[in-house]
Amino acid sequence: MVNGKSGKKDKDMDVAGTKTGDNGINSAGSGILRGRVFKFGDDISTDLIAPGRYFHLRSNLPELAKHVLEDADPEFASKVSPGDFVVAGRNFGLGSSREHAPAIIKLAGAGAVLAKSFARIFFRNSINVGLPSLVCDTSGMDNGDILEVDLRKGTVRNITRNALTGFNPLPEVMIKILNDGGLVNHITRNRGFNL
Amino acid sequence: MGKTIAEKILGEHAGRDLRAGDIAVVDVDVAMAQDGTGPLAVSQLKKMGFSTVANPERSIFFIDHAAPSPRRELSDSHKVLREFASSSGAVLSDINQGVCHQILAEKFVCPGNVVIGADSHTCTAGALCAFATGMGSTDIAVGIALAKTWMMVPQTIKVNFNGSTGAGVYAKDLIIYLIGKITADGATYKALEFGGELSNALEMDDRFTISNMAVEAGAKTGLFASDSKTESYLDSRNRQGCFREIFPDADAVYEKVVDIDCSKIVPMVSMPHAVDNTVTVEQIDKTKVDQVLIGTCTNGRISDLRIAAKILSGKKIAAGTRLIVVPASKDVYLDAIREGIIEKFIESGATVINPGCGPCVGVHQGALADGEVCLSTQNRNFKGRMGNPDAYVYLSSPATAAASALKGYISDPREVME
Repeated sequence: MVNGKSGKKDKDMDVAGTKTGDNGINSAGSGILRGRVFKFGDDISTDLIAPGRYFHLRSNLPELAKHVLEDADPEFASKVSPGDFVVAGRNFGLGSSREHAPAIIKLAGAGAVLAKSFARIFFRNSINVGLPSLVCDTSGMDNGDILEVDLRKGTVRNITRNALTGFNPLPEVMIKILNDGGLVNHITRNRGFNL
Repeated sequence: MGKTIAEKILGEHAGRDLRAGDIAVVDVDVAMAQDGTGPLAVSQLKKMGFSTVANPERSIFFIDHAAPSPRRELSDSHKVLREFASSSGAVLSDINQGVCHQILAEKFVCPGNVVIGADSHTCTAGALCAFATGMGSTDIAVGIALAKTWMMVPQTIKVNFNGSTGAGVYAKDLIIYLIGKITADGATYKALEFGGELSNALEMDDRFTISNMAVEAGAKTGLFASDSKTESYLDSRNRQGCFREIFPDADAVYEKVVDIDCSKIVPMVSMPHAVDNTVTVEQIDKTKVDQVLIGTCTNGRISDLRIAAKILSGKKIAAGTRLIVVPASKDVYLDAIREGIIEKFIESGATVINPGCGPCVGVHQGALADGEVCLSTQNRNFKGRMGNPDAYVYLSSPATAAASALKGYISDPREVME
């Protein structure tokens, strides 16, 4: 575990109008994620992420993960590599409460989801399963772009296009849960909520 | 400064004054999961080392999404829920009972409760003035284990349904109209609070339909004040003592207020593949339907079935059209049998199936073929929703659905109503 836990503050910097700095997230080793963009549009529903016709696979997440986002991009599951990013427009994850949706995005290898906005339940679920969901301006990102996300500083660098943007800080309670490695670990560690 | 209903209920459950934007750990009165989300909740409970539950009589596992089980994997999932309920003392609502949200309303939820469910349409219980919201399996596992959860107190959007509705216009038309107006993420992270003179006049079945779809605008919950209609409903369910009057303060602070003149609303339809892709029924030019579904947690209550049966009574559905009817619960089904409604459906050519979610989730009992069109009274029409990404789902009221089943294409119910 590095960075945020030390409490050491980085020098603040302004990126694309967003005040960034040490935002407290210390998950994922160095806190730096690097990977390719898989671009999706607005309103990617949980039915597109984890279709109802695979309802019977919900207790078999590795099998379900083979169908992740299948109805939005049939090739996504076979092409995604560890650390790649799901990048989308507005209202990502609308619909069902199925936690399987963020769970299989994570299981498929994605390091984070970046979107202009998230539906509430998906957002909460993603933090609970330890998948960072980050709100930022994704309009300049395209399929295949290489991104470097600094969870601690709150920045997203598009290496391919030499562009830098910031993501909105998570609420403090969610940072605590994410830093504990998800809600199960948070509760197990604290024998209850410690938010 | 006054409070919204959300601020009142969450403050009571945190034991301190709360305002929109505050984050607090709150007591949970009712926690539930269903057969799509419950098995994961059970495995998370076990992972956290919980073998007991905090409030067994108000921790409920519903088997409704794939009930009865269509295949062995789901039978195994159902077995997980039955065994955990048995060992922990939690309540099991098995395949004979019906849709979770209807059973919660009939048997478990009281005004002023905090209700969390591993199903996005848990907001349905907002009609009873409960702060009811959907979460994922892990949040529900924690809620079941501890009878606590964390919440951010939402900002509230006040929606005033004013005026009165014309012929052929129902609660479903009001909520589809509202979602079309504010869009599918127009209330994300917010609570909707329904008011206006028409809200006060709406029966409980109509309020459930409206609260059920609050999440389709992104809302965390959709609240009605509790009043004499709420009290009568609870009395009719032999749940006297459960009622409390709760209403927002006159000087409550709202993020915004949406006023709707309901006299101008006509029968509405959501077109594929988004709930906020709305049109008036008149704008749809005789779209042919292969399947019509009347039922689900949105519109499978007795008043919905009465409206549809009245339109279908003594008539036959169109050749080439399938009509599936799903009562929301065992009690709705029994009432419909006693009133002769089920007979009318069957005589008209409908297929009446067991209480539950039916084909809404795309698991069984009516998955669509490639290119097919379904008009359904359910709440959601996303691509792939009814088991096939190459099919098309439209949403409407039970009246529009029944009229369309008769004609074989999407039809204005006012043309077939007496």
